[in-house]
Parts: sequence; C-alpha cells; structure tokens
Amino acid sequence: MRREIPLLITFIVGMALLVAIFIPAEPFPELDSEFSVWFDIIAVFAFFLGAGNLIAVHTDKITRNHQDKFFSMVTLFGFLFTLVVGVFKVGGAPGLQGNYIAEGTWFKLIYDSVFTPLSSTMFSLLAFFVASASYRAFRAKTREATILLVAAFIILVGRTPLGYYLTFWLPEPLQFLHIPTLSAWILSFPNLAGQRAIMIGIALGIISTSLKLILGVERSYLGHEK
Amino acid sequence: MATQEKLPLFERMLKIDRRVIFVLIALAVIVPMMLKLVFVVRPSPVVQAIFDKVESLPEGSRVLLSYDYGPATVPENQPMADALVRHCLHLNHKVYIIAVWATGEAQANQTIQNVIIPEFPAKRYGEDYVQLGYKAGNQGLINAIYTDLKGMFTTDAAGVDVNSIPMMSPVTGLKDFGLILSVASGKPGLKEWVQFAGDRGNIPVSGGVTAVEAPLLYPYYPRQLLGLMGGLQGAAEYEAALVTKYPQFKETSLTAVKSMGPQTIAHFVIIFFVIIGNVAFFVQKKRDKLNRSK
Repeated sequence: MRREIPLLITFIVGMALLVAIFIPAEPFPELDSEFSVWFDIIAVFAFFLGAGNLIAVHTDKITRNHQDKFFSMVTLFGFLFTLVVGVFKVGGAPGLQGNYIAEGTWFKLIYDSVFTPLSSTMFSLLAFFVASASYRAFRAKTREATILLVAAFIILVGRTPLGYYLTFWLPEPLQFLHIPTLSAWILSFPNLAGQRAIMIGIALGIISTSLKLILGVERSYLGHEK
Repeated sequence: MATQEKLPLFERMLKIDRRVIFVLIALAVIVPMMLKLVFVVRPSPVVQAIFDKVESLPEGSRVLLSYDYGPATVPENQPMADALVRHCLHLNHKVYIIAVWATGEAQANQTIQNVIIPEFPAKRYGEDYVQLGYKAGNQGLINAIYTDLKGMFTTDAAGVDVNSIPMMSPVTGLKDFGLILSVASGKPGLKEWVQFAGDRGNIPVSGGVTAVEAPLLYPYYPRQLLGLMGGLQGAAEYEAALVTKYPQFKETSLTAVKSMGPQTIAHFVIIFFVIIGNVAFFVQKKRDKLNRSK
C-alpha cells in the first residue's frame, strides 16, 4: 500500500490537471484550483525539509571535525539566528500576523545589512569573472567560434549606448548595419530560433516524463522498495 | 616574472594576468561613476511596447506587479520596478504588489519607501496601491491565484485582512487585472507568469528580467509577452521613455540611465581584451605556421 496509494494520488491529480486544461467546464477548473492550493500548502513543508537537511548536513560536518567545520558553524549560526529573529519577530510588532520584515525588526536589519550586501557582492564578482573568461575563451579558433565571437561582440556593444554612437552616422541604405539593429536582429531571429528549438525539445521531454509519472511507469520518486 | 619578461609581446598579450583584467574592470566601473558619465539612451521597440501598453490602459486600471527577484540583481531589477510603479501611479492606475520570491517582498518595500511615499504623497495605501507580500508555491501559486487571489492572499504584507482593504473588493482572480507585470531574475518569473496567467486567461503580461535571462524570453515576444526590459539597458530605456514623456521625473527616474555609463565602459574593456586576445592569437598562429615551414 505504501506504493499503491502515492501512485493512485499521482494518477488522479495528474489526470485531473491534464483534463482541466482541455475541458474548461466544472468541476475541472475548480479541481485545478483546489489542487494548486494543496500544492502551495505542500510547498511550504518543503521549507521544513530543506531546513532539516541543512541542519543535518552541517551538524554532521561539525561533529566529524571536517576541515570546513568553521564554515558549517557560520552557516548554522546564521540560519538559526535569522530563523529565531524572523519567527519571533524580534524588534517588531508581536503576534503571528505581525510583519516580520517591517521597519525596526531585527530580521529587516539582517536582510539589509548582511544578506543584501553579501548577495550584491557575490553577483558583482561575475563582472570580473566574465571579463576574464571572455578574454580567455572568445578566440576565433574555428568557424563556429568566430560566429559566436562576432555575435557576442555585437550584443555586447549593442546593449550599451556605445552601439548607437559607433554607427548612428550610417546612411539610410546601410541602416541595417546599425549595431543596436543588428543586436536586436540577433536576439529576435537566430536566438529566437535556437531558444524555440530548445524549448520544444524540453517540452516534449516534460510531456514524456509526466506521462510516465502519471501512468506509474516511472516510480523512482517513490524511493527504493525494501 | 623573469621568464615572462623574456616572452615576445604577442605571447604576453595571450597570457595577461587575470588580476590586470580585474583591476581594469574595477576602474571601468569606478571612474565613470565618479565622473558621473551619462550616455543618452533611446527606448527600443521591445521596451516602448510596455510603456505604450501602460499608457493605453484606462485610468484606474488594475495592474499587478510581481517582485520576483532578490538583492543580488537589484541594480538591474529595482530601476525597472521603480519606473513601472512611478508610471502606473502617475496615470492613476491601481497597483497591486505581490512577490513570488521570498526576497521580493523586501524589494517591494524599497519601492514603497523610496518611490511611492516620497513621490506620490497623495496616494493612499489600500486605495491606490497595496502590498500583498510573499507567498510560497512558485508557479503553483500563480495557478492558484488565477481563480482565487484572496484565497491565497488572505492578508496583506502587514497582516491586515484583505477584505478590509478597499481596492481588494473588486478583485477575485488574475482575470480582474488589466495588466500583469513581473520584474524577475529567474524561476519562477516572467516566463511562469506568461505560462500560468497570460496564456491561460489572455491577460496582457509584460515586465523585465536580468540581461542574462532576456534571450530566453524572446520566443514569447510579442504575442505572449507584449514587451520586455532586458537588463540594465532595458531599465534605462524604460526610464528614458518615462522621462521623455513626463520630464518631471528627470530628477528621480534616471537610476538605470546613470548606471549605463559604468556598464558601457566595462563592456568596452571586455571587448578590448577580447580583441587583444584574438590579435595575439592570430599573430601567434601565423608565427607558428612560418616556423613550421622553415
């Protein structure tokens, strides 16, 4: 029964959601809406699962005296401190309905003073690595690499006002060589064709996997049988 | 070091220390910021389409704005959201703010604190704009609020019952909105709003995403996505469109336009290094060929 019930739930929910798309008559839209609400409730429990996993992994590293145990200590301290401050709304209005991120709460202070600068720093580092990687990787070694290089060059210039300044003087018959126009063309045609091909491929894969799940052919999500 | 000095120029050009690149990129960002270097930005058709849609909505239209990003992408996303809110409130549209990302709520608060309260003091919370906050569920949430928004958002971000908020009374689901805007930097984001709300209910969807994500959304433009702001350039273009039509926002709504100076110079530095690398590569290749033929 441990396997049959989840399989049955998957089949019923999957079929109901599938049918709801093609038959927009009651009770299917209502079912669709209800299942979405259930999904949202279940999604909240994923946080508990994620938190439990985080605590387990890092506690294990600390108890095993792993070489990165200090990072794990910082992670656990940061997690637990933020959790307590957020749940109990330290510094803010009391009560379950109080806004945990209101002005004056410790949670907001942590968010603004720790999380925001750390996130911004991590993302900003990309600029340095992108520059270094572009210099090393963008070499016209083959025909394909040359096409990639030229496209990257046009997009890089075209996505800044530099593109306009470099080519605004072009006469009317040569306007198609205007860098922002070329940049837009690359995004709207070759990029679009490639993206659509990838998306259709992914969609077919998702359809195939979903059908396998709904029909119970794919059962790995249930775990191993004892 | 001594070995490197003996290397020919073109070989040295092929092996530039990454720290040199890092320093030049840092200077490319810092110097234009200090010099307040500003370039003229012109709206592209893909951005102008969003501006025109907001303009064409009847006064008092309901606009849903979803903050689907976090602090990491604030320089790109925040100016987009701020400009959209500024534009909507100026035209007296009703702005409903939600977040599908946990970090989005704090970013929305920044818009309220930095844009709505100081620039639109006459606008009343609950009558002209509302902050509904974040709810978990990703695309499942979008699917659920399509038919029953108040079922998922029972209170606003501050914990006030939505039934006591005047501008919430005519709202049932997403079909009650004249426009859905998402400012996003990943999944769930603009793509999910197109798939789970726009396509399903034929609701106009638009918004902005980070520069790296923009190419992934072009397949939806212009039928499913009526316009798109891509990265800082997209934000700057929207600001430019806004300031051109409403010059009173010239002092407040040019954050992205001002940031385009450092970005332009940084792009220029990257291009410079790519050119150097390729010139050196071809010279080296030619030399190797000559050496082999001798």
